[in-house]
Parts: sequence; structure tokens; C-alpha cells
Amino acid sequence: MIKVEHISKTFKVSRRSAGFSEAFKALFHRQYECIKALDDISFTIEEGEMVGYIGPNGAGKSSTIKVLSGILTPESGNCIINGRVPWKERTAHVNEIGVVFGQRSQLWWDVPVIDSFELLRDIYRIPKEVYNNNLEELVTLLNLEQLIRTPARQLSLGQRMRCEIAASLLHSPMILLLDEPTIGLDAVSKIAVRDFILERNRNHKTTVILTTHDMQDIETLTKRIILIGKGNILMDGNLEDIRKQFSTNKRLTVEYQGDHIDFCEGMTPVSSSNQLATFDIDLSKLNVSDAIAYISRQVDVNDISVDGPSIDEVVAKLYHQYQI
Amino acid sequence: MGQEKRAIMRYQKYMGYQKYQRYQKYLTFFRMRFLAGLQYRAAALAGIVTQFVWGLMELLMFRAFYQVNPNAFPMTREALASYIWLQQALLAIFMTWFLENEIFQTITDGGIAYELCRPTDLYDMWFFRSMANRLSKAVLRCIPILIVAAFLPAPYGIGLPSSLEAGLWFIITGFLGFLVVVAFCMLIYIITFFTYSPVGVRMVAISMVEFFAGSVIPLPFLPNGIRQLVELLPFASMQNVPLRVYSGDIAGVEIYARAALQLFWVIVLLWLGKRLTAVAVKRVVVQGG
Repeated sequence: MIKVEHISKTFKVSRRSAGFSEAFKALFHRQYECIKALDDISFTIEEGEMVGYIGPNGAGKSSTIKVLSGILTPESGNCIINGRVPWKERTAHVNEIGVVFGQRSQLWWDVPVIDSFELLRDIYRIPKEVYNNNLEELVTLLNLEQLIRTPARQLSLGQRMRCEIAASLLHSPMILLLDEPTIGLDAVSKIAVRDFILERNRNHKTTVILTTHDMQDIETLTKRIILIGKGNILMDGNLEDIRKQFSTNKRLTVEYQGDHIDFCEGMTPVSSSNQLATFDIDLSKLNVSDAIAYISRQVDVNDISVDGPSIDEVVAKLYHQYQI
Repeated sequence: MGQEKRAIMRYQKYMGYQKYQRYQKYLTFFRMRFLAGLQYRAAALAGIVTQFVWGLMELLMFRAFYQVNPNAFPMTREALASYIWLQQALLAIFMTWFLENEIFQTITDGGIAYELCRPTDLYDMWFFRSMANRLSKAVLRCIPILIVAAFLPAPYGIGLPSSLEAGLWFIITGFLGFLVVVAFCMLIYIITFFTYSPVGVRMVAISMVEFFAGSVIPLPFLPNGIRQLVELLPFASMQNVPLRVYSGDIAGVEIYARAALQLFWVIVLLWLGKRLTAVAVKRVVVQGG
């Protein structure tokens, strides 16, 4: 369905240091640097798949989305989506995709959201019944009843984002490209948006590619993640496998009655205060049940909790490992 | 999903809709923009007052010219008054400096990303949008100015068109001039894709056009030799033709020649704009991430 082969894209960036004399110099001699935003990117995505596209700032996530949506023309490489090259057959291609750029708005600022929707209906030539069905579904699922009659400028960020997502789906796209769709949303809106994306994927078999910095998004939505750094794809795999690979530690929090706890090999104390202690357990040296047994022999345990590393930590380790 | 897609395709094929529908979306765009433009009542009121005062000042200035040497006056005073009042009333249609900041903003802040996600031609979309924007502004402003100007005494007020034919040709050449203006402004927008900042292009283009289009002083007032050359430029195909046709300053066979020249410039500017857009879209950079 989506096949990306050896895509590269370079941007020319002018750089100079701060200060008056530097600015003056730049008048006559400008220094450019070529930044490889995408460097030989290849991947394949099947129909109905949900893929999380992650990487630090400036890694090339958004550029990839823009290439996939036909906005940017790469210097080399090829990309076929539904049998089309996005940037060569842009108008035909965009009929079949829905795009959300989390940091931009596609709604008309001054008019009620519903007017923007109707404009989109005419732009995409959506038949009346399809439009009405889609609108009804989107309004119910994203809870837009009140919002669509309000001008976009008077909506809060989260409310607007829900409308933006609805706007991108009015024409029933087969592929949904989401560039940071949950940026700046509150917990409720985030959950609403995630549930909605899941539902869309389940019931409409929509292929979803999602970039985000919120690892919770990735955790709830995708099985597969693609990691990009400095324009290269560093890893393409299953989220669970990666998590296992990095889960060399477990954190144990113990609430107890008694004096204090001795440590054995493989336990590293993190903090210990009045009747409450936290340890990291190195799983290569000690397993969790042994550690618990070891502790309960020493003190009366009131409560105990075991946590794996959070997905954020896993990703931070990933970034660290690949030095990006 | 597949079902819906098929339903869309069936719908599009229905009754050979394809052709008609192609422009339907641009018309919707036109309507939206037109309605949005009508909202700005305060701006329109301020515009009306400014343009009315400006028109009066111009008339006074030309009166001074006339008193110095009536024989050197290249137009009749009635024709000149009609020229000035129409120019003020239709300012939003013919002035190149009536550019849309929103379009510049789209290019400079990267909003272009969404515009390119639409199954529309960027050039056509912006063209219709500019037309709608100008028309909606002109509709709000022209009537009060024309009514007041019609009641001013003889050499200072606006008269009826010199003949029925002149009135008709005023509408035709006015529309052609309108297309030349919009097509020219499209070039300014598109050049911004290459310069990243609209400031320079805007300033150069506008100050040049204002003079050569006859919005500072009507072109008949330019000295011989220079005038004939300027009349051939695309800028002279903007307001210069319709405003002079109206009062009979351009009449007879000359009208056909001028209208043909206007048509020529419309075609050239459209072609150039479309070509440039194609190049710009290929090398577009979405600014601001």
C-alpha cells in the first residue's frame, strides 16, 4: 500500500552567529549548510496498519509526512502510495489521504467550523450522503455538537484539534497521516483523540501513520514503530520487542514495618525514607520473586509494587543507544 | 470504506459531472471568500471616506493644472472627473496594492502545507480567492462614492457613460483589466516562494505599477514618446482602458485594439503565473517545521 524506497531530501540552511558584525558580514557572504533531512529512507506499510513514527526534534519525521502527502518533492528515491507517486500526481493522491499537522490549522479562522467543513465537502466533491454520514459519525465520536457552530478562533487548542481531525476525515481517506495530533491537548482530549483513531482503524481499516513525542500515543495506538534520527531510519520493529530488549531493570517500591532493609547483589537502592524504600533490580543478576522473598524475610511488608521502565525511558535509552 | 470510495467515484461520473464539478469547488471558494469580505463594515466605511477625500484632492490638483494652461490638458475635464471617481469607487478592483496578506502568510509561515493537501490547483484556487476578495470589497465601497460623485456639479462630478456602447465596453474592458490585475498580483504571490519574504517584491512591484498603470496620474498626462511606450505595458491594460472608455476618451476602433491588447496580457500573465507555480511547487519548502 505504501512503499517508500531510498528517499533523500536536503534543505539549504543559512547560518550565522549572533551580533551586528556577523549580520553585516552575512550581507555580502552568506554561509549555507546543506542539511540532510531525509537520507535514504525506505519502508513499507500494509493496508490497515498503524505505525508510530518517532525520533527526536529535527529528525525528519515531519519531512517524511510531507513527502508522503505530496507536498515535498524529494531529490532522489521513489515512493508509491496506492499505485501513485505522491508529488507527481498530487491532486489525485490527496483525494485518498487525510493529513493533520498538529501545529497548523486548516479551519477558516473567522467562520464557524461547519462552514469550513462544507468548503471541504465541495473541494473534495464528497457526495451528499457520504458527507452527512461522515459528519454525523465524526460529530458523535469526537463530541463536536457544540463546537462546529463556533468560529475556529474561539475554540481552545484541544477543541480545535478535534475539529481539525474531523476535517481531515470528511472525505473518507484510506490513509491518515498525523503529524503530532496530540500536541498541547489535555488528558481528556488526548484520550478522545486516541480512542477515535483506534476506532477508525478498526472499523474503516484506515492506515494510520503517526508522529508524536507523546509515547503514550504510541503505546495505545501502534504495534509497530519506526525510529528516525538525523534523517536515517535506525530501527523498524515491534514495540513489545523493543521494550523487552530494554527492560533490564525493574523498580520495586516497598512499604514496610521494621528497621531497615539490607541489600543483596543485584539490588540498587534508589531512595529510602521512613518505612518506604525503592530499589532497582538488575534482572540479569536477580529475579523479582527472589528479591521480594529476600525483603519479606527481613521486614513485614505492607505493600509492594513492581514497575517496568516507562515507555519514555525505553525511548530515551533508544535515542541514547543510537546517539541521536 | 471501499464502498464509500466507489460511491464517490460513481457520483463523480454521474451525468458527466466531472467537467462542471471541476469549477464548482472554485466557485464555492469564491462564495466563501466573498461572504467573508462583506463582513468588514468598519474598514469599508473608513475606505469610503478616504477615497472620497482623495478623489476631491486629485480633482483640485488637476483644476490647478487646468487654470495654468487649459490648452495643454490632454483630456476633457468631465472625462477626467469620471476617471477619478470611477478609480476611487473601484479601487479594490484595480489597485495592485490590494494584496492579500493571508496568502503571503501562508507562504512565509508554512500554512502552504495544508493548501497543497487539497485536490485543487493552487494557482486557480488563489486566483478565484483574490477575485472574490477584491469584488466583495468593491461592492461595499463603490455605491456610496458613485452616488455622492453623481451629485457633484458639472466638471467635478461623474457623468453617465458617453454612449450605450461605451457603457458596454466599459464592462468588458473592466473585466479584462480586472483579470490583468489579479494575474499580475498572482505573480507577486508566487515570487514570494522564491524570495521567502514578500517585503521586497511587494515594494518594487507596487511602486512601479502604480505609476505605469495610471493610478497616480492618468496616462494621457504623460509626455509623448514615453506615453506610447507605457501604453503597451501590461500595467496600462489595467484601469487605464476601462476608465477612459467610460467617458469616451478612448472610442471607436481604438477600443478593439486596446481590448485585444488586454486579452493578450491576460493570456501571457496567466501562462507565466501557471508556469512559475509549477516550478515553485516543485521546490516548495514548508517554513516553520
